[in-house]
Amino acid sequence: MRYPAFLQRIADRADVQPARVLTFSINGQDVSAREDETILAVARENGIPIPTLCHLDGLSERGACRLCIVEIKGSPKLSPACVTLPRQDMEVITNSDRVLDYRRKILELLFTERNHVCSVCVSNGHCDLQALTIELGMTHVHYDYLHSQHTVDASHERFSVDHNRCVLCQRCVRVCDEIEGAHTWDVMGRGHLSKVITDLNQPWGESTTCTGCGKCVQVCPTGALSEKGKSVAEMTKKRQFLPYLKLMRGEEQK
Amino acid sequence: MTIEELQDIGRIEKEKQEGFKHRIHVCVAAGCLSCQSGLVKEALEKEVGRRGLESWVLVKGVGCLGLCTAGPMVAVEPNKILYQGVAVSDASDIVEALGGPSVSRLDCSNQVPFFTRQQKIVLENCGLIDPESIEEYISETGYEALFNALRMMNPTGVIEQISKSGLRGRGGAGFPTGLKWTTVSKTKGNVKFVVCNADEGDPGAFMDRSVLESDPHRVLEGMAIAGYAVGAHYGFIYVRAEYPLAVKRIRTAIARAERLGLLGHNIFNTTFSFDVTVRLGAGAFVCGEETALIASIEGRRGSPRPRPPFPAELGLWGSPTLINNVETFANVPPIIRKGGAWFAGIGTEKSKGTKVFALAGQVNNTGLIEAPMGTTLREIVFDIGGGIKHGRKFKAIQTGGPSGGCIPEQFLDMSMDYESLAKVGSIMGSGGLIVMDETSCMVDVAKFFIEFCMSESCGKCVPCRVGTVQIYNVLRRITEGDGKPSDIALLEELCDLVKNTSLCGLGQTSPNPVLSTIHYFMDEYKAHIEDKVCPAGTCHINHTEKSQ
Repeated sequence: MRYPAFLQRIADRADVQPARVLTFSINGQDVSAREDETILAVARENGIPIPTLCHLDGLSERGACRLCIVEIKGSPKLSPACVTLPRQDMEVITNSDRVLDYRRKILELLFTERNHVCSVCVSNGHCDLQALTIELGMTHVHYDYLHSQHTVDASHERFSVDHNRCVLCQRCVRVCDEIEGAHTWDVMGRGHLSKVITDLNQPWGESTTCTGCGKCVQVCPTGALSEKGKSVAEMTKKRQFLPYLKLMRGEEQK
Repeated sequence: MTIEELQDIGRIEKEKQEGFKHRIHVCVAAGCLSCQSGLVKEALEKEVGRRGLESWVLVKGVGCLGLCTAGPMVAVEPNKILYQGVAVSDASDIVEALGGPSVSRLDCSNQVPFFTRQQKIVLENCGLIDPESIEEYISETGYEALFNALRMMNPTGVIEQISKSGLRGRGGAGFPTGLKWTTVSKTKGNVKFVVCNADEGDPGAFMDRSVLESDPHRVLEGMAIAGYAVGAHYGFIYVRAEYPLAVKRIRTAIARAERLGLLGHNIFNTTFSFDVTVRLGAGAFVCGEETALIASIEGRRGSPRPRPPFPAELGLWGSPTLINNVETFANVPPIIRKGGAWFAGIGTEKSKGTKVFALAGQVNNTGLIEAPMGTTLREIVFDIGGGIKHGRKFKAIQTGGPSGGCIPEQFLDMSMDYESLAKVGSIMGSGGLIVMDETSCMVDVAKFFIEFCMSESCGKCVPCRVGTVQIYNVLRRITEGDGKPSDIALLEELCDLVKNTSLCGLGQTSPNPVLSTIHYFMDEYKAHIEDKVCPAGTCHINHTEKSQ
């Protein structure tokens, strides 16, 4: 859009106004946002809860877990809040019965997929997946369990990976690639047979690219990645480093 | 190159062809090649050589003649004789019969509805020209549209013709092509790309394959015109590696076109340059989804990303990218040559032009057909398709592959266009049509397609990755006789979840075969669940379970 000349000179100044701001509403509450902020970021700023699993502040967005889906008035489609940018006067609804129902069902699907038994898990009590069940009020799984069997790789000196607990959120893949820069983790296979791998599906302990920084372990939402020597419910994740790294990256971009 | 030089090439080629008294066209597209049309062609050449008729009779390989079920197909021009099921041993009889009456035991009438009811735009050169010869393509007014576009029209004018034609994306969703081109041309960017999606993966579909194998230059010309219209200088053809013949022919075509200066720098002495590169897919169905396709071309894992931003804005390596299907590009040269209004005169109000279909399944004439939009299903199945095999009863037709639905008999008189198909719970898709008769069990069909989607899911988003497995498991236990009365409600719930919450088109459309079969063939589901009987008799029902 072109503004009148006197306004355009200001609008063109990237140093004062790098992004336009706009207002829209979430659950009827009016909020303001920069045009490059996602609905999720704005909602959290305003204390409106939206559940997420694959999202983690500081990592790139994937829009894959589909737990942050919201309704946008006038659109029959549901949009993932973590990758949807607001528009002026958009009306977002984050807590309709339809959305809450879908979120719960998606969470149930995750529980049927692999082996998520909290009582014997190192992350019991410190698990994002577990926290989600409480947040979404999921008390039962009414789909059949798939009872898939996966391996455990404990070849690394300090860490181990239990694929039975993996939800394929790829936080480990992203933190390793985007923050640590090692890109040790990636995904192989398709569909429900896909799994995270180190290097070219070598045992983690034999990986030549892994720096042993352990960031992947700290960002893992479940007990899939854990430190060795931790027993049931002892694995707490330390993610304090992420905001600093995020800040540093932000500084760099400016 | 000037237009005179181009027309000279065409004229010389035409004169060369017409210098032969008889021209024997042997289909060398994948269907006929697989029943050894290559050997038939060799035998015919040898026979012509043995009789010393080389200067009178031309034997050449051509693209798909359409009636794949009757292959290998051989056509004799200019007498318009068509032979079917030709074997190597028939070569001498065919050469013997030249000029006289045809060999009656091989005769295939080309006056039957299969041929007369079709209208060919995309396939106009299929079965006429040698796909490996650029001269023959030029002799059929090839590359004239590109000349017209580059020398006589500006990019806006080209897009205007495409918009006016009403052409819609032939990959399945039917997005207006003119609108897509406009969007890409309006996006700012120094580098833009044109991508041809030839990652055809629907079971039973072979339209794109046949076009690439029979008339590759048409696709290249369409891409170059698109490149000129949107301001792109690089093109990629993403074709699956399972199509070796198509890959070989398109590579040959690119090399020939580059040699004549019809691709490359300063095409037709203009400032426009356009290069095309072939990229091979590694057999993932999801790579037909445009964002996954882009990821795959870039060398990353082929999994889709949420849209927007659309590839028109943020595509290949972050540049604005135009992605169209093979058939869409193949429609472009005739539109530019004859004008958008001509194209808009064919088809229905909202769906213009023709559509190529791959007719497969329990129908007499399986093969490649092209019919105007708005042709009814009944005409396609019973006139062009020649009815159901062994005189059995028609049950359903599956359109659009794993993303489409099964359409029952009561909609046979429905016109084939994007809107009508959507109304009955299916989609146009890329054009695969699978005809099913009373021996097909619809629960089993639904299971087949959901199994396909389950194994082709990339595993990125939860509903598609796990939901399709859940649906498959329920369908499997129904077909094994272990279904519960609550299973239908469970299926509907899972389908609704997967449809509404999946990330990309693969997941969002994967429940369509299940939903449409539940909707139209509920009695079959009930028979499996309640009576433990498969009405079509294809499912192995576990009767020991029942007696317990």
